[in-house]
Amino acid sequence: MIQVKDVSKIYKTGDIETIALDKVSFSIKKGEFVAIMGPSGSGKSTLMHILGALDTPTSGEYTLDGESVESLSDDELANIRNRKIGFVFQSFNLLPRTSALQNVILPMMYAGVPKAERLKIAEKYLDMVGLSDRMNHTPAQLSGGQQQRVAIARSLVLNPSIILADEPTGNIASAQADEIMDIFKKLNKEGHTIIMITHEPDIAEHAKRTIYVKDGKIVN
Amino acid sequence: MEFSEVIQEAINTLTVNKLRTFLATLGIVIGIGSVIALISLGQGTQKSVENQIQSLGSNLLTVSPGSSRGGFVQGGAGSATTLTYEDAKAITTSSQITTINNVSPELSRRTQVTASGNNTNTQVIGATSIYSEVHKVSISSGNFLTQYDIDGQAKVAVLGPQVVTDLFGEGTNPVGSSIRISGQSFRVIGVTVSKGGTGFQNQDDVIYVPITTAQKSLFGTTSLTSIAVQAKSEEVMVQAQDEVGYLLLERHRLSDPTQADFSIFSQNDILNTASSVTGTFTALLSGIAAISLVVGGIGIMNIMLVTVTERTREIGLRKALGAKKKNIITQFLIESIILTFAGGIIGMAIGILASIIISKVISLPFSISFGSIILAIGVSGAIGILFGWYPAKKASDLQPIEALRYE
Repeated sequence: MIQVKDVSKIYKTGDIETIALDKVSFSIKKGEFVAIMGPSGSGKSTLMHILGALDTPTSGEYTLDGESVESLSDDELANIRNRKIGFVFQSFNLLPRTSALQNVILPMMYAGVPKAERLKIAEKYLDMVGLSDRMNHTPAQLSGGQQQRVAIARSLVLNPSIILADEPTGNIASAQADEIMDIFKKLNKEGHTIIMITHEPDIAEHAKRTIYVKDGKIVN
Repeated sequence: MEFSEVIQEAINTLTVNKLRTFLATLGIVIGIGSVIALISLGQGTQKSVENQIQSLGSNLLTVSPGSSRGGFVQGGAGSATTLTYEDAKAITTSSQITTINNVSPELSRRTQVTASGNNTNTQVIGATSIYSEVHKVSISSGNFLTQYDIDGQAKVAVLGPQVVTDLFGEGTNPVGSSIRISGQSFRVIGVTVSKGGTGFQNQDDVIYVPITTAQKSLFGTTSLTSIAVQAKSEEVMVQAQDEVGYLLLERHRLSDPTQADFSIFSQNDILNTASSVTGTFTALLSGIAAISLVVGGIGIMNIMLVTVTERTREIGLRKALGAKKKNIITQFLIESIILTFAGGIIGMAIGILASIIISKVISLPFSISFGSIILAIGVSGAIGILFGWYPAKKASDLQPIEALRYE
């Protein structure tokens, strides 16, 4: 479902070229639970940005659901991010002063889901992550683990092809981190494809497969 | 995303920091408020001037002695002594004149008047019986001057209400009393109805005496200060002006109209001059007020740029979740339009309130035009778009990764 072929990303600062990704190739099938591991500066964040359609590769091909992503316009990329990718960030990235429910509804607003439907879908997913009693709480009124569960609910509402989690437990106490990993495992069992970026080996263990990145290359 | 939701979200964002929102709109409030107030006061002044001029009588031509063109050295209007009672009579009787109803010869001067120990300096107008009809003067008690008074050079006077107040005290009826004008005794035969007017000429502070008495007994002259000519209708004003002009040129033995020793104005000429003067002032003042609108707009732009920088992460997140450029532009543009629009509405309310109060205080008619309301709403909205565009564009151009990384 995901095919990355000879993808390179080169950043230019003046005359100096930094190679963040060097001809990386791999593929991920539907329903997989993959961890991408590597030390900081290894290029795993760059890889995540490309997988998440937040950035485009300098060269190479990235195919998502049979669609070539590398040469799309800004608005087309926005569409891909909206429909096909569910993001879970390390720092949760919820809108402050906005209820959990409204945060979960946000991607559906950009997708043009009818108003009545949005509410039903948002409630369903908040219920799934065990927050049906905290829908009207703002992020400030929720614990780190609860905020991340809101973010997971938000990533699911448009039924994306992949859930892309960037250090999802990085800012969470370890007991709550296990809850988060349980949710990912449950989602994976239900058939969701999950790609998780982490530098913690014990978190990576939850995944079924691990891709190691070092110096912009995949190592095995 | 429905439009109502965009607006709701913008309002929610703006109410988070109420003081900042208030200060940001203040410039627009002051700008729109002063433009509205000044336009309203300008229109009030114009209306007041128009009312006053119209109350002098419509379709009226005024013939004044002295050239309207003048030479290098020009005497004050009315200082020449080229118009005579005979000229007025000629206009009335000439067969060349076909478009004129009434002719009112007038001789007016300021002079000292005393009665029952009080004295005042007022305008004494020598007039004929037709004056009251031509100038729409009504009588509240007694009578106006009659042809009998004119023919007999009677020492009778009709007083304006201001003169009555000055000489006899408010609310008294002086008809039958006597007053002294320039030391000569006159019998009061009537009092006119108040015409109001405080501006350049108070029509209540006058005394009417027979023109013949004024010429021979009071001022010792044969000349007139003006002849008011009432045309049959407004449509024949130009023709009437020509007829009177050529008749007087002939009588004064002048062949070249540019050498005329008199000038003829219509009420419209005076009205137009007055209107253009007040119009220029209104435009000038509104222009100055409009500068504060530009300053207000820059204030909005400044605050929106700060907002965009502050909310870089939010913008990045929205883009990551699927917001397109136009979604971000709309969001920030709507915020700035709401800011300026709210400022415009508040400013309009304050401007109207201020002009109501000011027009009360200086007793002008209050006037607010539909146009200036549309202007306020339109301009404030336009300022929102104009000054909000750049910050909104800047927000929408942010790269999602850069924005998400921003701390």
